[in-house]
Amino acid sequence: MGEFKVHRVRFFGYMPSGIRCMSFNERAERLALGRLDGTLEIFNFKDSFYQEKVIPGNDSRSVEAVCWVAERLFTAGLNGEITEYDLENLCPKYSLDAFGGPIWTVACNAQGTHLAVGCEDGSIKLFEILPEKIRFERNLDRQKGRVLSLSWHESGTRIAAGMLDMIRIFDVQSGHATHRMLVDRGVSGMRNHECVVWCVAFLSDLTVISTDSSGKVQVWNAAMGILSSTHLVSKSDVLSLAVSKDESSFVVGTSEGTVVQFQFLANILGGDEKAWVRTKTFKPHTHDVRALAEIGTAVVSGGLDTQLVVRPLLDKVDIMSYDNVLHKIHFPHRSLVSCAQKAGMLLFQFPAQLEVWRLGESEGRGKPGDTLFVKKNPEKLLQLKRKGEDHISCSAISPCGGWLAYSTVSSLRVYRLQCDEHVSISKVPKLPKVLRSAHQLSFSDDSSKLFAASTHSMVHVISLSQSECKHLHTFKPKSGSTEPVHLLAASKDGKWLAAANRGCEIHIYNLHKLKPHCTVPIYGSCPTAMGIHPTSNNLLMVHADRQIFEYSIVEKQYTDWSRRVQREGLHKLWLERDTPVTHVTFNPRNAAQFMLHDTYMFCIIDQSLPLPDNKCQFYNQITLKSLSEQERLSHAHAFKMCTKYQHLLFLGLLDDESLVVVQRPLTDIASQLPAPVRLKKFAT
Amino acid sequence: MVASAEVRVARCGGSRINFIEPIITLDSRFLLCASGDAVHVYSTSTEERVHVLQGHVDLVTGLRLNSSNHLQVYSCSLDGTVKLWDFTDGILIKTYIVGHKIFSLYVSKFHEGTVFIILPMESSANTEAFQLVALHLPKTTGPEVEARDILSVLRDVSPIPKATSFGRGGEFVASASGLQLSVYFFRKQKTYRFSLKANDKKGARNRFTCVASHPNDDCIATGHEDGKIRLWRNFSQKKEYTYSTEHWHHSAVNALHFTPEGTELLSGGVESVLVLWRYGAGSKKDFVPRLGSAIEHISVSPDGSLYCTSHKDNKIVVMKSSRDISAIIQGLVKGETIRTDLLIDPRTKALVCNGKPGHLQFFSLRHDKQLYNLDIVQQEYIHEAGLHQCEVTKAAIDAQGSWLATVEERQENPEELDIILKLWAYDESTQSFHLNTSISMAHEGQISAMCFSGDAEATMLVTTGRDGHFKAWLLADHPDAQGEGASWSCDYVGSYHRREPTRCCFSADGSLLAVGFGEVVTVWSPSTWELLVTFSQPPGDIRDLCFGRLSCSKYLLGTTTKNLLCCWNLLTCSLEWSSTVDVILLQPDPLSENMAAFSRASGSTDLFVFKPSEPRPLFSQKAVCSGTVRRAVFAPREEVLEGCDESTQWLSCSRLYFLTEHMELMTFSTKSEEDQIIASSKQLVIDDSVAVTPFYLLLGKHRKSQRETQDSVSSHTAARIQLPQGSPAIRELLHTPAHVLPSASFLCNMFVNSLLISKSGVR
Repeated sequence: MGEFKVHRVRFFGYMPSGIRCMSFNERAERLALGRLDGTLEIFNFKDSFYQEKVIPGNDSRSVEAVCWVAERLFTAGLNGEITEYDLENLCPKYSLDAFGGPIWTVACNAQGTHLAVGCEDGSIKLFEILPEKIRFERNLDRQKGRVLSLSWHESGTRIAAGMLDMIRIFDVQSGHATHRMLVDRGVSGMRNHECVVWCVAFLSDLTVISTDSSGKVQVWNAAMGILSSTHLVSKSDVLSLAVSKDESSFVVGTSEGTVVQFQFLANILGGDEKAWVRTKTFKPHTHDVRALAEIGTAVVSGGLDTQLVVRPLLDKVDIMSYDNVLHKIHFPHRSLVSCAQKAGMLLFQFPAQLEVWRLGESEGRGKPGDTLFVKKNPEKLLQLKRKGEDHISCSAISPCGGWLAYSTVSSLRVYRLQCDEHVSISKVPKLPKVLRSAHQLSFSDDSSKLFAASTHSMVHVISLSQSECKHLHTFKPKSGSTEPVHLLAASKDGKWLAAANRGCEIHIYNLHKLKPHCTVPIYGSCPTAMGIHPTSNNLLMVHADRQIFEYSIVEKQYTDWSRRVQREGLHKLWLERDTPVTHVTFNPRNAAQFMLHDTYMFCIIDQSLPLPDNKCQFYNQITLKSLSEQERLSHAHAFKMCTKYQHLLFLGLLDDESLVVVQRPLTDIASQLPAPVRLKKFAT
Repeated sequence: MVASAEVRVARCGGSRINFIEPIITLDSRFLLCASGDAVHVYSTSTEERVHVLQGHVDLVTGLRLNSSNHLQVYSCSLDGTVKLWDFTDGILIKTYIVGHKIFSLYVSKFHEGTVFIILPMESSANTEAFQLVALHLPKTTGPEVEARDILSVLRDVSPIPKATSFGRGGEFVASASGLQLSVYFFRKQKTYRFSLKANDKKGARNRFTCVASHPNDDCIATGHEDGKIRLWRNFSQKKEYTYSTEHWHHSAVNALHFTPEGTELLSGGVESVLVLWRYGAGSKKDFVPRLGSAIEHISVSPDGSLYCTSHKDNKIVVMKSSRDISAIIQGLVKGETIRTDLLIDPRTKALVCNGKPGHLQFFSLRHDKQLYNLDIVQQEYIHEAGLHQCEVTKAAIDAQGSWLATVEERQENPEELDIILKLWAYDESTQSFHLNTSISMAHEGQISAMCFSGDAEATMLVTTGRDGHFKAWLLADHPDAQGEGASWSCDYVGSYHRREPTRCCFSADGSLLAVGFGEVVTVWSPSTWELLVTFSQPPGDIRDLCFGRLSCSKYLLGTTTKNLLCCWNLLTCSLEWSSTVDVILLQPDPLSENMAAFSRASGSTDLFVFKPSEPRPLFSQKAVCSGTVRRAVFAPREEVLEGCDESTQWLSCSRLYFLTEHMELMTFSTKSEEDQIIASSKQLVIDDSVAVTPFYLLLGKHRKSQRETQDSVSSHTAARIQLPQGSPAIRELLHTPAHVLPSASFLCNMFVNSLLISKSGVR
């Protein structure tokens, strides 16, 4: 199927940040995830757990708690501010100081009218939620000691607050504490340490569940203010808690990386007397489980080991399907690497800096499978630190390697890069005013134009030359969509530009005439990768549900191959792949071939070969090798899978027709994490 | 030839008492356990055996208290009967004949008049399938009733008794088999089945081993092969069932039991630690460690005051709920193999053989009770698979019982062999053996045989080794070792043409020593160490050698590996007779001229008993057991058996015990002997005309004993003067276990009466 020289890149030191908190919006089926560096991510659970939006973090902002109010998203952090986000422009809308010191927790009542925050100084502050903003209403009675966790009763008249060594129940109307429930400090030796109530949950039957730093899960009767039962779950902290919607079960996460499920079960089958019973224990993580959500059919957990795990609860699942298997999300669903194909350079994007590397060179030719001798080692040309406190949201390097651009929430910068003998970089001054920030950046194939996707789905076209940067045009979608654009693809001949936004729309613009050309019919799943074929100018799209479409820009309709794919359907194993396809490249040697990759494989799809049906062997490379030439033809199908390179962040083709594979082994990430809580392991 | 009906192979003593779970009576005073064909009733406080419930003719496989009358117990057996007993008096009340092999028995309080038994499935061809059935017990009178009214409850169950358990008040029954747990609800008449995967990526082995049900809650605890315990809840749902997992045991959970209140779950396994899990408190647990051997079964008394564990080494430990051990009932310890010969201790008449690892046990066959253990290896035993342990491989006791010789050996690889020969002296003051001499590497190779001379004055030990030598050891004083007393040292090293000695044997008076070298038998004089004569009967190596006894002491008998039994006359130095039998074991009776020879014949073993002087066997029995016989020994009887005819004469002064391939200790019993036992137990059986009530039993027994004592007292007073302690009334008083005696006030009168020397007697 073609032989390639492969640059196997393992020097991208990508390090995801640990997960701090999460909140699940049941109506929209979206999960908001806060990371330790302040990044917010929104996953669409309806659309194959696709990472829909990423709001880059800020050094001065931390996210301690995240909370959905209807479709609005609020966070609070240790800087003492409550922040609401603009989910269309992927930036903070406004911040409001609560004036109570660092905020540990935020909770919204069931009616969606009030927000309660717990502060370091021991106060619980109520904010009224107004259509466009929030307004401070009043304080509940101030106590001594920080408030670490809050939970509203569904009636909205009571709040349970987890503090140091105690839980208090507040009456919202009067603002007074009605009960004060002391939490035992646990085993001797820990007596001098305060017991931190990490989480509380107020159930509708006036039961309060608490988890604390001495490893206990306790069930309290809040009507009487008494303890009903204690379950010792861990030797160290129990950090997170999530209750199912029907309040028949809850899960807790410990700092040992385990998730323990409790269920409200009848002692006698069919009887009325029920009790909370510890049932299942999972160990999805190696480090602290800081955030948990129960979404009915699955438990979502995240922690310091940076991965997001969606674990199905098999007793709630009726039919096994893609949504009901274990998912682990390690890598972002967007590309952090851009490649200058002509210059053989790679740009790596970190939250705080950019790195430019020149690829190495090898000597001689070898047999397939050989490792070639590296004549010239890869070379780190440049490390560019960002300006300001905002994290880098997107970046791009031009194919010739002469231009470099990055954007944060607040600013966009373009640099001129020269690297012959000495590496020199100079900032391009006086950028056009329209370029304030971008969601996605891309250069045209001849490096003469920069495309910047901006607010309200607009795409700015900037012409670049040695002397100046000029704003040529701004494309606006006809549909009037305001969703952010996350994919840009320009054709090789410089005539077409395709822009995909989070609203699943793909608009095609004519760059010669500078006007919109057409819109691809909207498919229900978000596109995760797309590319325009260099010769035929067909747009190839891969969606989050792993469907593949090919759309002829010239004819403004789907191509025959695309219709055939839809008619015959894709193979079951292809549709069940765990991670989305994040990049499309075309084989210049064979016009019928294109390459896709996800985290665990890359594959070459040959449009001239028949599609596999569900009966035939999907991963058939080894079988094919053992067959003779004639038989091979009859067994071959369009999908050629290669799983040799795992944990892929990027796969691209250089102009000299060699492949670049950027890998980040998970073991490397794990080795950079802090040491986990030491556990006694049997027979060690 | 001989009426074999006269003599029967029987299990008599030394049976497994850990075969099934023992039960404790409602008042916690007695413990019932199955032992071979009988049920033994022990006192939980004194460890004394109170009754033996005999009546089954095959292994007893199940034992449950009658839920409607707590003084009665049901037992079931492979002979296809369920029997109801009164265990306080040891009376068989009723026999229900089922007609199939019964593997287990359960009773439930809420199913009056019904017991549940596990039978093989009739219809299916394979014998591996079993079913749980409800057996309705007919209410007709009469001691033997046919019970054919059975109703299938669960199919495809495991025949192991602990894999099935009845839940809260008999509402449901849970049974595990392989990887499947089945729960049958009696009220809904519905079965739910839950399966587990055989193993997963983390190396779990999920096969079920045992099941227990909570007495008050709907919770089933299951034990698994990899040591996990799962607590199942919500099992009336097909999908939304749930379980929690606890893991402490490192290998399979052998037994699980809830306490009667359901506050604790007890579990045990090979770790020999009883784990007490607090119910409802997650992984909170207590331990009772160092119980000595792997736990096989756990049971709890109905009031929860006593816990009882049966162990792999044939031991039952009774402990109070405060974890204090109150009684240990020890049966004959049978490991995987017995490497020493079976010996009889001349002093106690106890059977001596391998017991616990590194120990010799002294087991009284008459009382079916272990007397004591002697630690030979004196090293801590570490349980670990694949670890090479020090093992006692040979033992010998001299004729007076004052010296014990043991050989222990440890072999890690073929080159490194560790052998220690130890000699133990009997100490009268402490009534036990003490180590006198320890000789390491007594031979360069393994020691193949060892025997003491029968000479009373100068005891001599002869060992033969694989290194081609035989060595004689004598007790001698060493001048340089002060205050140490006499110790053993090597007196003579002999060899014969560099052949390897295999067997050695002293004549009864100790004047001759026969050593078998390969196919040659050499006879030596131990006083001068002169080679007197050699015999050879090639081909075939010598397997067993022994001298005749008493009137036949001029004969030397030997067996060879090539199916030959030879008898040499030592006076004429010639072969007296020989016979082609494949004798695997030759055992002389120390009290008579008789010899027992076990021979192999197509999957079973035959027995011949003969006198060396006449080649015609006294007794022979085909197929005494399946497989080969490993060890055999003649144990002298306490008193000579009377009334033996010619064919059973050889059993009159000693009993022949033998160990089968399955480590079962069997013996031969004669019909007259059995008749005596039955006659003695018949005394208690009452006629059917009177309704059997406990009150009647009590009163009737009192009256009878009263009458008897009166008779005996009057007869003895009528006789001559007797020493008071010799009176049968006192003897009975002293020898009857305390808990079966009538009240002290009742006995007092009788006791004082017996002490009086009546005037009439003087006259």
